[in-house]
Amino acid sequence: MTDANSTPNARDASLVVDTELGVDDVEALNVATLTPLQMAWRRYWRHKAAAVSTVIMAFLLIVVLFAPLTARYGINEQVLKIEEGNNIFLSPRKLAWFGTDDIGHDMYSRLIWGIRTSLFIGVVSAILSVVIGTAAGALAGLYGGWFDDLMMRVTDIFLAFPFFVAVVVARAALGNIKWITDIVGEISSIKFIIFLFALFGWMGVARLVRGQVLALKEREFIEAARAVGAGNPRIIVTHLLPNSIGPILVALTLSVIGAIVAESTLAFFGLGPQPGADSTSLGKLVELSREGAKQGNWWLVVFPCGALVLLAICINFIGDGLRDAVDAKLDSVK
Amino acid sequence: MTASLLSLRNLVVSFKTPNGTVQAVRGVDIDVAPGEMVGVVGESGSGKSVTFLGILGLLPHTARISGSATVEGVELVGASNKVMRGVRGKKIAMIFQDPLSSLNPVYRVGDQVAEMIRAHQEVSRSEASARAVELLDIVGIPQPKVRARQYPHEFSGGMRQRVMIAMAIANDPEVLIADEPTTALDVTVQAQILEVIQRIQRDMKKAIVMITHDLGVIARVADRVQVMYAGRVVERANVNDLFATPTHPYTVGLLHSLPRAGQDRLEPIPGRPPNMLQPPAGCAFRARCPHAAAVCATSLPELQPYAHSMTACVRIKEIDVAAMSGVTA
Amino acid sequence: MLRFIVRRLLWLPLTILLVTFIVYCAVRTGWHPEQTYKRANPRASQAKVAEYLKVNGLYKGFTGFVRGYFEWFWRFIQGPDHWPRSIKGRSLVYPPLRYAIFNTLRLAGISSLLGWGLGLSIGTIAARKPGSWFDSIANTGAFFLGAIPPFVSGVALQLIFAVELGWFPVAGIYPPGHQGFDLGLMAKHLVLPVTVVTIQVVSAYSRYMRASLLEVRSSDFVRTARAKGLSERAVLFRHGVRNALIPIVTVLAIDIGGLLGGLIITEAIFNYPGMGVYFIKAITNGDIPQLMPYLVITIISVLIFNLIADVSYAYLDPRIRLD
Repeated sequence: MTDANSTPNARDASLVVDTELGVDDVEALNVATLTPLQMAWRRYWRHKAAAVSTVIMAFLLIVVLFAPLTARYGINEQVLKIEEGNNIFLSPRKLAWFGTDDIGHDMYSRLIWGIRTSLFIGVVSAILSVVIGTAAGALAGLYGGWFDDLMMRVTDIFLAFPFFVAVVVARAALGNIKWITDIVGEISSIKFIIFLFALFGWMGVARLVRGQVLALKEREFIEAARAVGAGNPRIIVTHLLPNSIGPILVALTLSVIGAIVAESTLAFFGLGPQPGADSTSLGKLVELSREGAKQGNWWLVVFPCGALVLLAICINFIGDGLRDAVDAKLDSVK
Repeated sequence: MTASLLSLRNLVVSFKTPNGTVQAVRGVDIDVAPGEMVGVVGESGSGKSVTFLGILGLLPHTARISGSATVEGVELVGASNKVMRGVRGKKIAMIFQDPLSSLNPVYRVGDQVAEMIRAHQEVSRSEASARAVELLDIVGIPQPKVRARQYPHEFSGGMRQRVMIAMAIANDPEVLIADEPTTALDVTVQAQILEVIQRIQRDMKKAIVMITHDLGVIARVADRVQVMYAGRVVERANVNDLFATPTHPYTVGLLHSLPRAGQDRLEPIPGRPPNMLQPPAGCAFRARCPHAAAVCATSLPELQPYAHSMTACVRIKEIDVAAMSGVTA
Repeated sequence: MLRFIVRRLLWLPLTILLVTFIVYCAVRTGWHPEQTYKRANPRASQAKVAEYLKVNGLYKGFTGFVRGYFEWFWRFIQGPDHWPRSIKGRSLVYPPLRYAIFNTLRLAGISSLLGWGLGLSIGTIAARKPGSWFDSIANTGAFFLGAIPPFVSGVALQLIFAVELGWFPVAGIYPPGHQGFDLGLMAKHLVLPVTVVTIQVVSAYSRYMRASLLEVRSSDFVRTARAKGLSERAVLFRHGVRNALIPIVTVLAIDIGGLLGGLIITEAIFNYPGMGVYFIKAITNGDIPQLMPYLVITIISVLIFNLIADVSYAYLDPRIRLD
C-alpha cells in the first residue's frame, strides 16, 4: 500500500487493510499514473461538442487575429469604386461573399473586423470581472467578520438591479461624470463599455470564490498553513486560488460570451459603443441589421446574427467542457 | 452447516468506463447460512462491496452482472424490478458505510424508518411511526420519541448508524448486509455499533454479512471469513483458523502487516493491487507474492481444501512446506 | 429562522433607502433635468422649467441631491396621486405604469409558468436516464436554444411567422385603434413574445433540473431509498426531485424578482407595452418622474424576492439554520 492511499486514515492504521473508497477507486487504480492536469485535459477532450467548439474557436481566432490578411477588404474599403457600378446592398456574390451594406462595404470583411473588436471587449471585460470578483470574494471569505458582511451587502446592492437596467442607467450616469470619463474614456468608447461590464459582472465570481474560500477554510490544510506561520496573502496565493481555479475558469469563459452578447444587446437598442470610423463591432453590425431586416436585405441580418449565435454556442460548449474537465467526479465509474 | 440462505455462484460484475471495462468481481461463490455472521474482508477495489451491491441491483447503470445469486431460492441476477423490490429491505436489508450521506437530509429520521416499514407492510401512517419509534428504542437511541422527530444532521455519527440499523431490521429481513458499517465512525463509537449489530444477530437470529477492510472487526464478530483479492475469494475459513493458521500468501501478508506485541516494524505487502481493466492472467496476487512461480501465471487458482481452510493457491503445498522449514522470501 | 427573517426585514427598508438613493443620484446625473425638459418641451417658458425643477426637487449640488431625494421619496410613499407628473404633457405617471405592470405580468407569467413546467419536466425525464436519446436531444437542444440571444430569436421569429408567413401580428398587444378587451386577439399577439421568453426559460430550467437531479441521484441516500425496496417512482420523486428542487427554488425566487423590471428585449422587439418598453421610453425621453417609480418598483421587487429565496432555501433544507 502506498503512502498516498493510507495517509488520511493514519489514525486507525493499526488494523486497517486500506482506506475503503468504494467503487470509484477501481478506476482510480487505472488513472493514478496521470497528473490531475492530464486527467482534466482528457476529460475536456472527451466532451465532443467542446472539442469541436474549440477547433472552431481556434480557427476563428486565427482568422480574426490576422484580420489584415484574412479580411478581403479594408475596414472602410468599398468593394467597387462608385464609378465602376452600384456597390451598395449587393447580395452575396463572388465580389462580396456576404454581400455589401449601405455604403458598399464588404460584409465578410467587416464581420471579421467586428468579431475582432467584440472578442476583445468580451475577453478584457471578462478578465476584469473575474479579477475584481476573485479579489473581493477571496478577501471577504478569508477575513470574515464585518468585512465579509460589508462585501456581501455591497454585492447584494449590485445584484439588486437587473443587469440591463443597471448598465443602461449607470452608462448614462457615469458617462456624465467628467473624472470618470477622463479615466475610462468617453461614453461611446469601447473602453467605457468594458468598464461598465466589469463593474456589473464581478458579483457572481465574488460569491463563487467566497463560497470556495469558506469551504476550503474549513479544511485542515489551511489550518496547517496558518500553524507554520503563513500570512494571509500567502495563504490565498498558495492554497486557495489553485483550489478554486477550475470554477473560476468556467466563470471566465461564460462571462466572455456574456459581455459579447451584452454589447450586441446594447447596440441593438442604439446604446452600444461607437467604435469609430475605422473600426466596427459585432454589436454595431447587429444594430445595422435592424435596418437591413426592414428593407429585406437578409444578408445584413443573417451573417452578423449567425456569427453571434455561433460564438455563443461555441463558447458555451467550451465552458461546459471546462466544467467537465474540473469535475474529477466524472472519472469515477458512473 | 445448514442449507444456505443466500447463495452466490460464479458472480461476475463489470463496469463500462470511458477507459475500458473494469472487471470488478470475477467469479465469486459465497454462501450465507441462517443466523451466521460472515465476514468479507479485502482492500479497496477487491470487489467486496461491489459483489453485494451488485446482487441487489444497487450499482450504477454502467454495471453488468452475471452468474447467480439466490436468496431463499429466489434468483436475483436478472430479476424483474418487482421481484427485486420485494427482496430489497424485505429479505435483504443493507447498512451503509456513511450514515450521514446515506440518510436523506430533508426528512425526519422517524419518517425515514417509517417509510421502510410502509414499503413492505400494509400499515397506516401512524402505526408505522409508532413502530419506527420502537425500532429506534431497540437499537439504543435514547428518547426515541423526541429523536424520531429530528433530522439526520441533528444526530451524531454513531446515532445515525443506529438509525440505519433500525431501518434495516424494520421488516425483519433474513439477511443483513453491513457494508463497512464502522469505517466512518470514531474508534469508541465503532465498538458500540458492533455491539448493536452483534446483539441483533444474537437476539433476532439474523444472518449478517459484514463487509470490512478492518481485520479487527472480523476477529471480533465474524463466524466465517471470506478474504477477497482482485475480484475473487482467495481464502475461506472459520475466523479462528484464519487468524491462527492463514494459508493463502495474501492472507499471510495481511496478518503480517498488523501490529503485534514485541514487533517494532510493520511489514506491508509490497506493490499495489492489479489494474482491474486488465487483470493479469493466472493468480492476480502473484506480482506481490513472495512464493510466486511460473505456474502461477498459467491458471486461475480455484478454491480447494487445505488444512482447515479453503484456499485459492496452486502452490499451497510447496509453500506450506517451505514455511514450516523456516524459509521465507 | 424567525430571527433571521425579522433581522432581514429590518434591514430591507434600509437597503431600499440606500439603493434608491444611489439610483436617484444616478438618474439625476445621467439625465440632465433642465436639458431633458427643454428638449421635451422646446417652447416651455423659463417659469415652466423652474416649476418642473421645483416640483421634482431637482436642486443642484450634493445637498440639493439629498434634499431632492427626500422630497421625492416623501411624495413617492404618499401614493400615486402625489407623484410628480411626467415630463411631457404633464400626465399622471401611475396609470401607464400600472398598465405596463399588468402587461408585463401577463407576458412573464404565461411564459414563466409554461417554461418552468416544461423545463422542470424535461430536466427530470432527461436525468432519469442520462445518455438516452431523450436526454441527448433535450440537453443539446436546450444548449443551442439557450445560447441564442433573445433579440436574435425574437427578430427571427418575427420575420418568419409575422412578416413572411403572416400567421401572427408583428407587434403590439392589440391592432392600432382597438378598443376594449378581446381575449382571442390578445392571445394571437402574445404567441410570438411568449415563445421567445419560454424558450429562454425552458432551456435554462431544464438544464438546472437535469444537473441538480443527476447530482442528487448519485448520492448515497438515493441508494438507501432503492435499498429499501421503494418503487422507482417513489425513489425518483420523494428522494430525487424533492431534494433536487431545493437549489432550483432559490433560483426561481430570484428570477421572479427580476421579472417585474420587464422582459426588456422581447418587449422592445414586439413593441409589447410592458415595463421594458416603459423603461426604454422613459430613458429615451429622460423622463425622471416616469423613470424613478419604475426603478424603485423593480428594485424593491428584486430585494424582496431575494429575501424570499433565502428563506425558502432554509425552509426546504433543514440543515440550513439561519440566525
